[in-house]
Amino acid sequence: MSDTSAASLAEQLVARFGDTLNVSSVRQEVTAEVAAGDLIAVATALRDEPAFRFCELIDLCGIDYLGYGQTEWDTETVSGTGFSRGVEGQAQGRFTWAERPRGVNQPRRFAAVIHLLSIEHNRRLRLRVFCEDDSLPMVPSLTLVWPGVNWFEREAFDLYGIIFDGHPDLRRILTDYGFVGHPFRKDFPLIGNVEVRYDPEQKRVIYEPVSIEPRVLVPRTIRNDADLMQAKAEAADHWREN
Amino acid sequence: MQEIRNYTMNFGPQHPAAHGVLRLLLEMDGETVVRADPHVGLLHRGTEKLCESKPFNQSIGYMDRLDYVSMMCNEHAYVKAIETLLGIEAPERAQYIRTMFDEITRILNHLMWIGSSALDLGAMAVFLYAFREREELMDLYEAVSGARMHATYYRPGGVYRDLPAQMPQHRESPWHKGKDLKRLNSWREGSMLDFIDAFTADFPTKVDEYETLLTNNRIWKQRTVGIGVVSPELAKAWSMTGPMLRGSGVEWDLRKKQPYAKYADVDFDIPVGVNGDCYDRYLVRVEEMRQSNRIIGQCAKWLRANPGPVMVQNFKVAPPSRVEMKENMEAMIHHFKLFTEGYCVPAGETYAAVEAPKGEFGCYLVSDGANKPFRAHLRAPGFAHLSSMDSIVRGHMLADVVAMIGSYDLVFGEVDR
Repeated sequence: MSDTSAASLAEQLVARFGDTLNVSSVRQEVTAEVAAGDLIAVATALRDEPAFRFCELIDLCGIDYLGYGQTEWDTETVSGTGFSRGVEGQAQGRFTWAERPRGVNQPRRFAAVIHLLSIEHNRRLRLRVFCEDDSLPMVPSLTLVWPGVNWFEREAFDLYGIIFDGHPDLRRILTDYGFVGHPFRKDFPLIGNVEVRYDPEQKRVIYEPVSIEPRVLVPRTIRNDADLMQAKAEAADHWREN
Repeated sequence: MQEIRNYTMNFGPQHPAAHGVLRLLLEMDGETVVRADPHVGLLHRGTEKLCESKPFNQSIGYMDRLDYVSMMCNEHAYVKAIETLLGIEAPERAQYIRTMFDEITRILNHLMWIGSSALDLGAMAVFLYAFREREELMDLYEAVSGARMHATYYRPGGVYRDLPAQMPQHRESPWHKGKDLKRLNSWREGSMLDFIDAFTADFPTKVDEYETLLTNNRIWKQRTVGIGVVSPELAKAWSMTGPMLRGSGVEWDLRKKQPYAKYADVDFDIPVGVNGDCYDRYLVRVEEMRQSNRIIGQCAKWLRANPGPVMVQNFKVAPPSRVEMKENMEAMIHHFKLFTEGYCVPAGETYAAVEAPKGEFGCYLVSDGANKPFRAHLRAPGFAHLSSMDSIVRGHMLADVVAMIGSYDLVFGEVDR
């Protein structure tokens, strides 16, 4: 995983696939974005061509970009009444099933992220496939390229509702039998929607709406002030000294 | 002529050989498995979603609870991902401590594995022997972190604290007194490193004991040789890593191929199998215990000779000392901010993998610059391994399914997450 290997992999990918892939390389990790339509062809080439030989699919996971970069606590600007005092609105984890945000619309919301490993060249590659349609996120299934992706795709379907077109057995895998919703989506409440208990009167296990209150202790904060301003101040000091 | 239909059988989730909460639907043709459909998720706790609602440091404890027999290796992957995004590196001593505890964890895991999978196949005694040594290793966990299992010992930027100068001793009680107490405390007179030295000197003889019980045991061989054969091609196609892959003869170990912590500086060998059956995977794991013991000895030697800090001196991620906090206003503020809000991690994404005892345990972390992860995905080796169940056990006998479940080394904490 030396620097040259990451750089050369990025170059090789650009040379081979051209505009099909959007290749970026950060911290010696190569990421390639690919359109859903090209995925199967690209994956097959990555597996079979001697320059790549990504014989092993290490991981596939879903990701929901809803609310990416949103902060609950404004730390930079100040208003007439002072600094922001904390949490307003219903950010992640602070809403119940009934209050969940509905009809949200964010382009390029769902993606499947695939991690590949080449044992022969000792290299890794990350592929990202964005789903075109938000309301029906769909990605072609890779089960014919790497059979081991089967359960990973089932998991992404279960948790994010991404449909893998061509999957032989796209059932839920981690959630309960008969579960409703896709729990890892950002508009699904952290506390869930149903709880389960044994009812002594009916003498069976019953499902009820959750009775707990949503509770998140620490607000989600994005600070680029502290480090940034310190760095700026130090740079300014340095400039003054000279 | 009467029509004969296949019989569908429910294996688990309460079956003792199901290693926790595996529910396996088996379609049987007499004693032969025609189709296996594992149902997982009975232990799903939504760890990844919980991580998204908490500051980075507060989720380290969840990692222990994933694969709850190789706790610190899971922490290592998570902590490594945060460190990559933050662009910090743990001090050398912390990295040696991590290497040592990763290997202690590997022995802990393999002892649990050898005991429970031998128990599945009818060998009762191994379990009792294996738990004798596990006890000593768990005492090491307790000595550094205060907890015997769920340690939360690794932190971004190092480890929580340095190794204790005095190994805790057993106190007299109605159950332990006199000669018995003296025997229990015989290794505990000195520091923790003295205890580790005594352990590493003694442990190979203990591995010999397990091998006496199993390696040439006729019943053990009948149950494992030629059972659950995984070819190298099959292993790669089904995303296998760790002993599952090495048992099939593929020499792939992240500790050698993509070294992290201090694995590049210690000397050890990678055992590989030949046939890829349950017996070869057993041999690989036994040899890994011996190699882990070697690594622990080398790390202990280095740690004895090189004192130093075990945490980065960066108050944005590491808390100041109690003394400093009480004397210095700036340290007080850092302490308060760190424990109330945490630290913000620069936007970006990374995948950090470690060679956990079961295979490649990875953490894919996406940050949007906040004090909580935007997405944390945990790649559990057991999940990938179990998905290959159907393609491997088809055509095997029912009893071989038990051998195969044992050979996968499954822990449902990580499969279900």
